[in-house]
Amino acid sequence: MKSTTKEFRSAASRALTDVRLQQAHEVVYNGFHKARLSAAGDTDDWEAQRTLGKAIKDHTIANLDYYLDMLATNVEKNGGNVYFARDGEDANAYIRGIAAKNDVSTVIKSKSMVSEEMGLNHVLEADGIEVVETDLGEYIVQLAGEAPYHIIAPAIHKTKAQVADLLAEESRSERRETAEDLTRQAREMLREVFQRADLSVTGANFAVAETGSIVLVTNEGNGRMATSMPRIHVAAMGMEKLVPSAADLSAMLRILIRSATGQRISAYVTMVNGPRAHDEEDGPEEFHLVIMNNGRDRLLRDESLREALNCIRCGACMNSCPVYRKVGGHSYGWVYPGPIGSIVSPVLTGLKDGAKLPAASSLCGACHEACPVKINIPRMLLELRSQTAQGDPDPQQRASGIGERMTWKAWRQGMMSRSRFEAGSSVGKIATAPLKRDGWLRKVPPPISGWTESRDFPAPAAKTFGKMFAERNKAKNGQ
Amino acid sequence: MDNGNASELPTRVNLFVTCLVDQFAPNVGMSVVNILEARGIEVHFPPDQTCCGQPAFNSGFRNDARPVAARFLDVFEATEGPIVCPSGSCVAMVRNFYEDLFRGQPSELDRAQRLSERIYEFTEFIVDVLGIEDLNIETNIDATYHRCCHLLRELHIDEQPTSLLENVDGLTLKPLERNEVCCGFGGAFSVKMSDVSTAMLNEKLDNVVATGASTLIAGDTGCIMHMQGGLRRRGEEVQVVHIAELLDAESDLNRASKS
Repeated sequence: MKSTTKEFRSAASRALTDVRLQQAHEVVYNGFHKARLSAAGDTDDWEAQRTLGKAIKDHTIANLDYYLDMLATNVEKNGGNVYFARDGEDANAYIRGIAAKNDVSTVIKSKSMVSEEMGLNHVLEADGIEVVETDLGEYIVQLAGEAPYHIIAPAIHKTKAQVADLLAEESRSERRETAEDLTRQAREMLREVFQRADLSVTGANFAVAETGSIVLVTNEGNGRMATSMPRIHVAAMGMEKLVPSAADLSAMLRILIRSATGQRISAYVTMVNGPRAHDEEDGPEEFHLVIMNNGRDRLLRDESLREALNCIRCGACMNSCPVYRKVGGHSYGWVYPGPIGSIVSPVLTGLKDGAKLPAASSLCGACHEACPVKINIPRMLLELRSQTAQGDPDPQQRASGIGERMTWKAWRQGMMSRSRFEAGSSVGKIATAPLKRDGWLRKVPPPISGWTESRDFPAPAAKTFGKMFAERNKAKNGQ
Repeated sequence: MDNGNASELPTRVNLFVTCLVDQFAPNVGMSVVNILEARGIEVHFPPDQTCCGQPAFNSGFRNDARPVAARFLDVFEATEGPIVCPSGSCVAMVRNFYEDLFRGQPSELDRAQRLSERIYEFTEFIVDVLGIEDLNIETNIDATYHRCCHLLRELHIDEQPTSLLENVDGLTLKPLERNEVCCGFGGAFSVKMSDVSTAMLNEKLDNVVATGASTLIAGDTGCIMHMQGGLRRRGEEVQVVHIAELLDAESDLNRASKS
């Protein structure tokens, strides 16, 4: 998927004035966020489970080569094929190859964020292959020609009326009204596609290294259909999405599902152990696992950012994020929105263009508190701000302007001596004296002029605390 | 932190007032002084202090933040005893973020670690170190309380300010919807992403105004400036005060509420 992270500010501004989107964002807090809090609150030793989840992921990522090797060996032992893809183009080429070899005309998909990274749908469509998403939310955004708005609720920004229009147009049938009727309509439309699809592409919520299994968590049953009906099943995963053992999987499922939707367990948890064995009645004839890097090695190499690979894509950070709830999912400009997206997207698609994303945070820490594997997202946002401001040895790669750099130099000068600090305060006081009204200013100059677009700014106090306190002590001692 | 034996309670503290209080809200600093002195604690203000380095650090300019933070260490290493600071954000900088700022510099890391063991946020110091939950304050105010982000989620200081407020006679605390949600300040974020910050602020202020309270209490001066600046621009009468001003019998706020 093409990245438009550079346009964060303009996209955010449009979302902020879109009343309908703002209403949709409320669902994120009142629905998902509160459901997660309630599920966590009802779970004994929730904190211990988060700690365990973090430990499992830390261990897996620290030994990633070892477990990827184990996973690949076991998938092959189960009769599947494994392909390690360098990037999206490489992964697309592999899947195109399978499709071509097998004369595939229809591909069905079960939700896969990695395939969004690859832009797989467009590549296959360009080859004349029909591609249909089967997760209802993904299907809706596919019909609308849009990207997912949220990683677990792709169409959360769409109203019922918009969905009704999209389904009526696609099915060339009567427009339906109620949520129930619309779901039934989508089900009928998708059922027909399921029956004739030759190949499915799914994601993987987890892969289990010791068993070579792929695990899908869904509420619609489309994951189960997609992994059992077509002749060929291709699962695509990021190279970080594995756990060592089935026991680890159990621990991770508990925290993933509660954190994602607030459910104790999703309606379906599907485990796929390769293609149909000779004594089995159903399942695909061929199974392929595509394990994608696509820049994840940059996260792995950078110790200060490595923790981002612990992410299990539950969406809790975006549900808790007050910035996401204002700007919405599309403003972030790439596959992964919200706090974790603000780390992953710039690193995977380019730091300089993506520099606005780590800046788009008040560092409130709600994401860190919500994360089921305790990823310290604010710390990494600060790390990326540092890398984009002045950390990169190549000045061309830095996103900070000369004005900003000079501002901080001046600030530093002011803070390195108490007399300059006092002098700065006095200058501020004198400069603002004619403009202030009961101690407040309606307008301040750059670089802080953005403040007074919507807020008054306090004028410096008549005396600094330092002066006030010294004078008080002098008066007190003099008495 | 249990300082069980009363004879071991500190009799002298060092005040890190923070650059924002120093320049924009000196009365907050005076309230901290009044509260501590009223308990017989001598307050020392290291006169060379300026800033902990957080503004530049948060903006990514670590090369500019580092010497300012190192200077902060110099100034306070020259003192003995607890350091009290009326800001969760600045304490979080020292306690949580100096580790990142001084990464790869073992001697600075060691100094930062030792200093962070001495620094306390103001309400944390009163409740956890002095063991006081009731400051015997009387007032006559309808207020609501915003839980500032760094205090709540970086330092996990929440019960301390809450219990101090609950024990104020005559304070009616009205529940604030989404009181844990950020006001949109975020330092440079409020300027660089002004429209996003403002949208967050407006949600916060809508909830504040809906309580009908005359006064909004918070624990960090940056957030207070932000929310008060927004309320003024909207033409709302609500005043925003630092918790130290509410807990100081001598503050203008409490004098006014009695008259």
